[in-house]
Amino acid sequence: MASRDDIKFLNNPNIGQKHKKYCRFKKFGIRHIDYKDPDFLLQFVNEQGKILPRRLTGNSLKYQKRVAIAIKRARLLSLMPYVTDLYK
Amino acid sequence: MKNYEVTFIVDPVLSGDEIKQAAQTYQDMLEQEQCKIVHVERMGLRQLAYPINRRSSGVYFCIEFETETGNFIPKMDLSFRRDERIMRFLTIKLDKYGVKYNDDKRKGLIGKKRTEEETVVPVVAKAPPVKAEKKPPVKEETASVTTPIAKSEEE
Repeated sequence: MASRDDIKFLNNPNIGQKHKKYCRFKKFGIRHIDYKDPDFLLQFVNEQGKILPRRLTGNSLKYQKRVAIAIKRARLLSLMPYVTDLYK
Repeated sequence: MKNYEVTFIVDPVLSGDEIKQAAQTYQDMLEQEQCKIVHVERMGLRQLAYPINRRSSGVYFCIEFETETGNFIPKMDLSFRRDERIMRFLTIKLDKYGVKYNDDKRKGLIGKKRTEEETVVPVVAKAPPVKAEKKPPVKEETASVTTPIAKSEEE
């Protein structure tokens, strides 16, 4: 019998496998999101500086709201841009 | 007891002493209002993400304090608005997790370890450099997407 390693696939079978998303704040027990830490908040925006949806980040509703507030505060203090290009 | 945190940006064009003085003004004001100042963080000269009043950088300060009532906060905000040395400010109320976070951060439990000198309340730190005309670093974006695709076998 041929093992799985012997089978040649036309496409890489690892592409398109679904990983379960999780809320990192719940998982690691982060209770407070600091608006003075733009490097951390960078993970939750796209290249244009827009806030990524929960659909992509996997955050729970509670923490997504807090992330959004922290990003908006960082923007006010000019720690993060409102609009930009090639931010990452 | 309520905990608050006020962050403000001082105009970098002022001299080192004037910047210190601006921060000290608000520290004194808080003490007058019977606030307990928990911590003063001098975040130093930073590049702004977008220009404010045609300045491309600013000196950041963050004061955390404790008070019985927040009645004087509108008054403090007003004096921030009237002060020409202050470019931007933000006052927020901290919940218990925020207080704990700041406490842990000071102990160095969160993130990178910071040097001592600049985070002590009795102010003896050096004045931040005043020259402020740096160009924002332009990040080069290399959009190289590599998709590992297994090659089809050709016989």
